[in-house]
Amino acid sequence: MLIASALLSLPLLSLFIIAFGRWERAHAVAYAGCFIACVSLFSGGLEHLGGVWGAPNLVLPFGLPWLKAHFRIDNLSALFLLVINFSGAIASAYAIGYSEHLHERRRVTPFYPLFLFGMNTVLVADDAFVFLVAWEFMSLASWLMVLADHEKPDNRRAAAVYLMMAVFGTFCLLPALGLMAGAGGDYTFAAMRLKDLSGVTGFLVVLLTLLGTGSKAGLVPLHVWLPLAHPAAPSHVSALMSGVMTKVALYGLIRILFDLHGDVGWQWGAAMMVVGGITAVMGVLYAVMQDDIKTLLAYSTVENVGVVVIGLGLAIAFKADGENLLAALALVAGLYHIVNHSVFKSLLFLGAGAVITATGKRSISQLGGLLNRLPVTGAAFLVGAAAASSLPPLNGFVSEWLILQTLFKGPGLPHWAMKFGVPVVGALLALAAALAAACFVRAYGIAFLGRPRTDAARQAGEVTFGMRASLVVLAGACVVLGVIPVTVTDALSHVVQPLTGVSFKVSADLGWPWLSPVSSNRGSYSGTVLVMVGLALFGAVILLVHRFGTEAVRRADAWDCGHREDIPQTQYTGPSFAQPIRRVFGGTVFRARESVVMPPPGDDSPARHTVSMIDPVWDGVYGRIGGIVNWAADLVNRLQYLTVRGYLLMMFCTLVFMLLVVAVRQQS
Amino acid sequence: MTAVVWQIVQIVLVLATAPLVTGWVRWVKARLNGRRGAPPWQPYRDFYRLLQKEAVVAHSASWIFRAAPYITFASVWLAACIVPTFTTNIFLAPAADLIALVALLAIGRFWTALAGMDVGTAFGGLGASREMMIASLAEPAMLMVTFSLSLVAGTTQPAQIVVFVLGGNVGIEVSLGLALAAMLMVAIAENGRIPIDNPATHLELTMVHEAMVLEYSGRHLAMIEAAQMVRLTLFMALIACLFAPWGMAMPGAGLPGILVGMAAFAAKLFILATALAWFETVIAKMRVFRYSDFLGGALLLGLLATIFLYVSEAV
Amino acid sequence: MLQQFSYDLAHLIGATVLMAGFGMLYQRRLFAVLNTFAFQALALAAAAAWQAHVQNAPHLYATAAIALIFKAIAVPIALHWLVERLGIHRTVETALSIGWTMIVGVALVALAIMLVLPVTAKAAALTRESLSIAMSVVLLGMLMMITRRNAVTQVVGFMALENGLILAAVSAKGMPLVVEISIAFSVLVAMTVFGIFFFRIRERFDSLDLHFLETYRGDRQ
Repeated sequence: MLIASALLSLPLLSLFIIAFGRWERAHAVAYAGCFIACVSLFSGGLEHLGGVWGAPNLVLPFGLPWLKAHFRIDNLSALFLLVINFSGAIASAYAIGYSEHLHERRRVTPFYPLFLFGMNTVLVADDAFVFLVAWEFMSLASWLMVLADHEKPDNRRAAAVYLMMAVFGTFCLLPALGLMAGAGGDYTFAAMRLKDLSGVTGFLVVLLTLLGTGSKAGLVPLHVWLPLAHPAAPSHVSALMSGVMTKVALYGLIRILFDLHGDVGWQWGAAMMVVGGITAVMGVLYAVMQDDIKTLLAYSTVENVGVVVIGLGLAIAFKADGENLLAALALVAGLYHIVNHSVFKSLLFLGAGAVITATGKRSISQLGGLLNRLPVTGAAFLVGAAAASSLPPLNGFVSEWLILQTLFKGPGLPHWAMKFGVPVVGALLALAAALAAACFVRAYGIAFLGRPRTDAARQAGEVTFGMRASLVVLAGACVVLGVIPVTVTDALSHVVQPLTGVSFKVSADLGWPWLSPVSSNRGSYSGTVLVMVGLALFGAVILLVHRFGTEAVRRADAWDCGHREDIPQTQYTGPSFAQPIRRVFGGTVFRARESVVMPPPGDDSPARHTVSMIDPVWDGVYGRIGGIVNWAADLVNRLQYLTVRGYLLMMFCTLVFMLLVVAVRQQS
Repeated sequence: MTAVVWQIVQIVLVLATAPLVTGWVRWVKARLNGRRGAPPWQPYRDFYRLLQKEAVVAHSASWIFRAAPYITFASVWLAACIVPTFTTNIFLAPAADLIALVALLAIGRFWTALAGMDVGTAFGGLGASREMMIASLAEPAMLMVTFSLSLVAGTTQPAQIVVFVLGGNVGIEVSLGLALAAMLMVAIAENGRIPIDNPATHLELTMVHEAMVLEYSGRHLAMIEAAQMVRLTLFMALIACLFAPWGMAMPGAGLPGILVGMAAFAAKLFILATALAWFETVIAKMRVFRYSDFLGGALLLGLLATIFLYVSEAV
Repeated sequence: MLQQFSYDLAHLIGATVLMAGFGMLYQRRLFAVLNTFAFQALALAAAAAWQAHVQNAPHLYATAAIALIFKAIAVPIALHWLVERLGIHRTVETALSIGWTMIVGVALVALAIMLVLPVTAKAAALTRESLSIAMSVVLLGMLMMITRRNAVTQVVGFMALENGLILAAVSAKGMPLVVEISIAFSVLVAMTVFGIFFFRIRERFDSLDLHFLETYRGDRQ
């Protein structure tokens, strides 16, 4: 009941803000309401995951007259309720302070509760109708918020691309769910589970599901809208779109491919792993080149979605071969990464929002030295950056570790494609993780460290208490999820148990706090022990140094090998930091070309160093598609200029064709 | 219980031997260059000297600059405690496997790179950006080595790999040879040795690690240098442990076994350090943009090592 | 146990030959390529000698000697001389970047393994491993011929390819010596022909980049 009432309160909040939007405090009240609703939904999810309420079915008389809406919460939904509403609650709390600075807030606040409503309803939907309607709610509400600042042409373009991709996604999901419908067009998930899906139908269902959910989650090459749309929205919405909405898409993927479909072939698992690997590397390569901090974070989301999809693909491959234990392990790893990414990505986006509030700049090359001005935001952002770089003992590392451990079991599968493909995917995954570290060192080092590059960065002041508190809570969550991984994986074991039919514990072999998938001889990790020993060693170092050494510190100008330099522009900037990586990877992937224009002697104009890059996905995939569409449109266009006789001929031909069809059908 | 004792011995041992290993490499290099060279124990004296000096911190530096040396050192030290050196019977053996070890080393790099950018000088940024480029290829290469080892030995735990190899389950394998070659290349890159980086120069256009730590002085510099030395010892211990574990004491071995293990460890360090000094003398430093070929080669060797396993034993 | 050791060592030497193949792809300087080639021939000679010892087949010592004298010493020296004599540009001119060549090379090795494994599923591990290594060496030699522009590197690629054939021959039991001698001589003849060819191209175009020849192809006119 708690969940139902919290869910229904969200659209009411939306109505409230439409009615009272002029009142100054109304926005704060609405976000506070969203916060309470999210907390309620979170606690509801927690209770369900604990198994206190079992898995009740709610059937509400709602929607089309002949179709009743079905709602159900099982462990998988409960887990995603936790993921979504944790970030949702924090983002709402953050928005109470943040929205005061937003000039377009009256175009954001009304849709925010609807967005939350849509995402939560997708999770509790138990039939295709509710699922798709909620999915559309989620898409459209977020689309409207992307369009909130519609005066900027970039945002309008982002919204247009986003709308097109969202329509494409639904266009794929609709037939996928349609094909799965049970006997007599029964659209409940329960009926779909019973349906035997094999042959062409099964093939189409998986393909359409991957396209539909993949476009929402941001799989390459369907990711193009994501780095445009996520940064265009206000930061608390970006945090939810990147941290949470992509997870709802992955929820759809897991729900259909693991729960409803049941037996997906290993080839699909292999395909997902390859796509995931490419997505991860491409996403992070894009990210490492970006100058806009929010675009950078959005591309990093693409990377992490790729990592999760590698885990899910591995789970499918193992499951298809009857290796249910390993399938469960891979699924746990993937889900863990979903949880982790939602936390650290929300943290990073909210941190970026704080930076934008404090400085008004989004380009990292115009920032610098912010750690001294925004100590709390800076420290929290550092935790997020380290987690995203998958450094122990933070959460990002644990899930990558689990995915790698499972991946290392991949060559045990009997297919040659897997034997040779798994090492390659492993190399891609490792490459993505290492590049992510470069990406975040760059983002953090340029924006928060060094000397301020502009007055805006020099005069920045710390953000409101509520915003800081939100960041600190998320940073704390990153640490906790990383330091006590076993507690999380044990909970996740409950979630995957119904999906793979295996009940197991990742810590079974060595007990708490040792994470030992498969067996303790195979490989184990303990963040808890490492942190404790590490802290002890750290303390020992400090103690030793201060016992045997001097504590004197002198503040002086930077030495810099004697190059005394007071101009902050001489520091490394975003593009210069990325240059080595651009030279190594960019030449082939992005066709990056650097050119230097030197003025002739005697001319005192500055030399120019320019970099040109192409986006292989835009130019290679969408450019071609656009070309084909244009060509087809030209063809169709000719139809406008036919003679009367020509139109008559067409109608006649159509008629004859139809008659032929009827004749042939009667024959057979 | 013995595991805890040996763990503590190892914690002290790696810290105590690391400066000697580096000092030995420097001394051998000096002799090969025809110089007399400082005695191998010179690094200990340097430490003491640096600890006595006041630390100079730039006005623009934040707390990251001051915390980074300690965090880098502690993380590298922690990593060095996990690699079995003279015995596999150490308490921390199950706390981290090779993947986690790679990540532990990444902590140090992350902080050093941030510290390099913290002061806001061009050199720091240059070093940090190159270091991250090198890491972006070296880390995957090491993970591929881990992958192939995990296929051979069925585990990613260094201690378990030792048990497997010493159990006589494995002959001379092509994959292991390839993995060793990849591992050596990674070790060179991660420790900033020639031909990737030159640990002995400042102010060379191609420097990487030294560029990042240019602003450090006093006890901070001591920590950074100690971290470098421990990292070098760690990699030597790791190579010895994974590819030549002979002599290492197994659980249950008494004091004589431990002593044999220690002697074997000392011998391995001696051989590897001398070999490193010789190699650095005969090879020339590489251009920065050849690194990608070198480390990409290491990554591909790791991949090849994995693929070759299918031929030799049909996994 | 002893037999296992002899197999392992044979494979290790084979892998050295293969690594030298990769080494040639990695090099950017012509002399380094030649030195690597000499090293590959040396490894090949070692492989042949080891097989001669293990299989107790003295004629394989002759193979080893041929490989050592001709390929590890004579041919590299001759090519060195040619390069110096002709004043050829001493960097390797690539048609595909070195990184990509190596990636393609690894893919070719994977392909060789995939091809050999099902064919020899029942054969002993010895044959499987040697065959896949030998086939990889052949493919890498071809790759070198395709992706390097300079004629000298193409000759080296051709001879690396031939090294792969000999490696296959020594590790599969009992290929008659006659065949090897004929191969060795054909290589020498080819080498001479290439040498004369170089001089001719040089005289005419003042370069050894084969690119210049292409404008004279019949179908372009």
